Amino acid sequence: MALIDMKHIVKDYKMGETMVHALRDIDVAVEDGEFVSIVGPSGSGKSTLMNLVGCLDRPSSGEYHLSGDKVDELSDDDLARIRNKRIGFVFQTFNLLPRTNCLHNVELPLLYSNVARKTREAKAQEMLERVGLKDRVYHNPSELSGGERQRVAIARALVNEPAIVLADEPTGNLDSKTGSEIMAIFESLNSEGKTVVLVTHEKYIADYSNRMIYLKDGQVVTPEEGTLR
Amino acid sequence: MDVFEGVRVALGGIRAHKLRSFLTMLGIIVGVAAVIAMLALGEGARRQIQSNITSLGTNLLYVRPGSASRGHVSFGLGTVQSLTDDDAAAIMDECPSVAAASPESRGNAQVKYRNQNWSTYVMATSPDFAFVNSVPIESGGVFDEGALRSRARVAVLGQTVVENVFGEEDPLGKVIRINRVAFTVIGTIAERGGTGWYDIDDVIYIPLTTGQIRVFGRDRLSGITVKVRDGEMMEQATIEIEDVMRRRHKLGPGQENDFVIRNQADIMAVFSETSKTMTFLLAGIAAVSLLVGGIGIMNIMLVSVAERTREIGTRIAVGAKKRDILAQFLLESVVISLAGGLIGIGIGWGGSAALGYFAGFNTAVSAGSIGLAFAFAASVGIFFGIYPARKASMLDPIAALHYE
Repeated sequence: MALIDMKHIVKDYKMGETMVHALRDIDVAVEDGEFVSIVGPSGSGKSTLMNLVGCLDRPSSGEYHLSGDKVDELSDDDLARIRNKRIGFVFQTFNLLPRTNCLHNVELPLLYSNVARKTREAKAQEMLERVGLKDRVYHNPSELSGGERQRVAIARALVNEPAIVLADEPTGNLDSKTGSEIMAIFESLNSEGKTVVLVTHEKYIADYSNRMIYLKDGQVVTPEEGTLR
Repeated sequence: MDVFEGVRVALGGIRAHKLRSFLTMLGIIVGVAAVIAMLALGEGARRQIQSNITSLGTNLLYVRPGSASRGHVSFGLGTVQSLTDDDAAAIMDECPSVAAASPESRGNAQVKYRNQNWSTYVMATSPDFAFVNSVPIESGGVFDEGALRSRARVAVLGQTVVENVFGEEDPLGKVIRINRVAFTVIGTIAERGGTGWYDIDDVIYIPLTTGQIRVFGRDRLSGITVKVRDGEMMEQATIEIEDVMRRRHKLGPGQENDFVIRNQADIMAVFSETSKTMTFLLAGIAAVSLLVGGIGIMNIMLVSVAERTREIGTRIAVGAKKRDILAQFLLESVVISLAGGLIGIGIGWGGSAALGYFAGFNTAVSAGSIGLAFAFAASVGIFFGIYPARKASMLDPIAALHYE
């Protein structure tokens, strides 16, 4: 079975009075070690799909197996554990804790898996070095550039050695040069064997991946139908 | 996440907003400081009263005139001047468990010595008073039966009177005027302590007869103080005295006593009743101030949760469980209220010590009141922190992650 295996996934939610059919019966499979991008225009349901893959949300119906575990049968606490140990999130808006230095930002996932403080700090330090922020360890996010912030976020996503890195428009708030630098990091992560799933609506970002899943109006479509400008 | 890490995270949150956290604590600080200071005052007063009562002696009974009543209307204690010298003598002679009985006639009087004036309390009594009340004689001596018979104008002074009237001068042999009657000082009493409600050293003892005739001009007694042979015999003595008194006052079986017999326990009970009322009052004030402090905490925690919505979303995304978020905010409010409680205890302690030092109040900070204040602070933190913390833990992570 694939690492991410989704079948007949439907997601509806209420927005005020109207029912939004965000995902209409889609199948998605991602193998271990793949670099996949989910692409589509805004409103196509790609963020909803991302939230489901990342176990931040549950589908209205359908089955989701994550490395063999049936996610829709797990408790909220189990989902929290999966997010903590098996998934690393990278967001468009970085989502670093303000007034908290890089080291403490990066060690955050380890805090929720009861890792001892010394180990936590050592690992966080190692991750920050890996993304090239060795001399920014004790800086607060407000003292960093956008690209540096996103690197801190990537370090945080990697610190608990997850199987999957999920990135939701990771370059959306960056200029194209910095964006390319960030994408290079994802590329090298993938070459080291990490599964990377990326959400984007920009073609040049999606081109970094090996495979694209096109979404339109909550359904998976062919590349022709879903071509990005 | 264990509690220790939780506290570290909470402290981090508090440190990030120092001024706000301090202002939040202020309500608790004021509340707890008030509780500590007021309980210290109350406890100090209580101990003072207790030590005053104990210093008066423990196996004493007080016989007082009863209340006059017509029909069902009572006119209050002392409205009948029913006690006489002979009653005291009879109690002494006829009650086997009584060691001594001293008849007393009391009143306020003006004392004059040269240009010194002092208003004090004059106790006209029998020579037994020193034995009955365990009065520690400092210098000179006490008047005797002869003085009583001859209505001698001699006086024994309490320490407060000595200090205020004579200062450094030796009072023995000096002539003072009590309500313009000249008395010779024959003895002084050592300090018995007590600066509470009334000063038991602010007193002058004179012979009963002298007092009745020359100072107060009445022969009825204000009361009889009875010393019982043994603390165990108090009840028996009470019964014996009642018997003697009823017989002497010719009270029939249906008639009520025209006198009252009180013991230390009764008096203590009155005081403890009073201090209980005071404690309730203080508790009320404390509850109100802690309530206000608690509302302040809840208010700030709600602001904090709203402001940190994105942070909460991020924490959930990286693996925080609902209870981790709940614990984080709950711990933060508990840490704030406990820190406020600690500071409040410090200020309350210092404040009551200052009151004791500068205003001369008796204060005593008890371990119990500290524990109480601490427990209150903690429960305020939990009670008013639980709603904001629950609100934080119930946030939808997806909405929270993208909250602006």
